[in-house]
Amino acid sequence: MSNVVITVMPKQGVLDPQGQAVQGALARLGFSGVEDVRVGKRIELSLEGDDPAGEARAMCERLLANALIEDYRVEIVS
Amino acid sequence: MSVAVLRFPGSLDHESAARAIQAAGGTASEVWHDDAELPAGTRAVVIPGGFSYGDHLRPGAIASRARAMDDVRRHAARGGLVLGICNGFQVLCEAGLLPGALRPNATLSFVCRQTTLQVTDAESPWTAALPAGARLSIPIKNNSGAWFGDPGTARVALRYVGEDALGSVDAAAGVVDERGTVLGLMPHPEEACDPLLGSTDGLGLFRAAVAA
Repeated sequence: MSNVVITVMPKQGVLDPQGQAVQGALARLGFSGVEDVRVGKRIELSLEGDDPAGEARAMCERLLANALIEDYRVEIVS
Repeated sequence: MSVAVLRFPGSLDHESAARAIQAAGGTASEVWHDDAELPAGTRAVVIPGGFSYGDHLRPGAIASRARAMDDVRRHAARGGLVLGICNGFQVLCEAGLLPGALRPNATLSFVCRQTTLQVTDAESPWTAALPAGARLSIPIKNNSGAWFGDPGTARVALRYVGEDALGSVDAAAGVVDERGTVLGLMPHPEEACDPLLGSTDGLGLFRAAVAA
C-alpha cells in the first residue's frame, strides 16, 4: 500500500481568481507583504499496486488535472 | 426532429432547454447521465446548464466522464449536432469535444445579466440560419465563464459585444469544433425563447437543432 499525495496548481500565467481573492483578503487583514497567492488542490490517495507513481500520473492525465490550465505533482509519501 | 437533453445530478436547466426545443417546433427527450445510449432517432443533443456533480474537482470534469457521454461522443463523431450551454460548455471542453477550458470569471463573482452577442462564424450548422453579423440578446449566469484557449486555432462562433467578457480570451462567448457541429455557449439561449423574458433571440439556435 502506498500513500500518494497529488498537488494540482493553476499554471503560471493562467489567471487565478481564487488566489487573487485570498490575496485581497489577506491585505485587508493587514498582511502587507503578500506579493502573490495561488490556490490549488491537494489530493491524497492510498494505492495498491507496483507502480503507484505511474498510476497516479495516469489519473492526473485522465481526470484529476486539466493539462491546459493546471500543473500537477505526484509524491509517494510512504 | 428529436433532441436529447442530458441530465446529470446537479443539472438545473434541462426543463428550460426542453421548453425551448418545443418552442422551436421539436420534441425533447431527457437522457439520464447513467444511460448507455441516446434514444433512437436522436438528431441533436443539448447538454444543459447547472452544477453537474456539484462542480466538484472542476466544473464539468466528472460529468464529462459519465456513461451517457460515451454515446454523445459517438454521436459527435458521426457529425451529429451537440449544443452545450454554460455547464454543458464546460462538460464539452472537459470531454475534449471542444478546445480550451472555462476558468473562474475575472470579476471573482457570479455574474447574472443580459448580454449582447455577435455571430462571428456563420458557417456552422448552428449559426448558418442567422443573419451574418447578427446581434443576439441572451443572458449569462455563471461563476466560471471565462474561456481560455487559442483563438488562432479555435473557431469562435459568438463573441460578447461592448462589455466585459468576464476575462474570456478573444471575448469568446461560444466556440464550435473544427466541423462546426459541436457548439459550446456560456450564455443561455433557452432563457431567451419567450417574449415574456424580454428576448426571443435564442430560438434560432434551437431551430437549428430541430432542423438537424
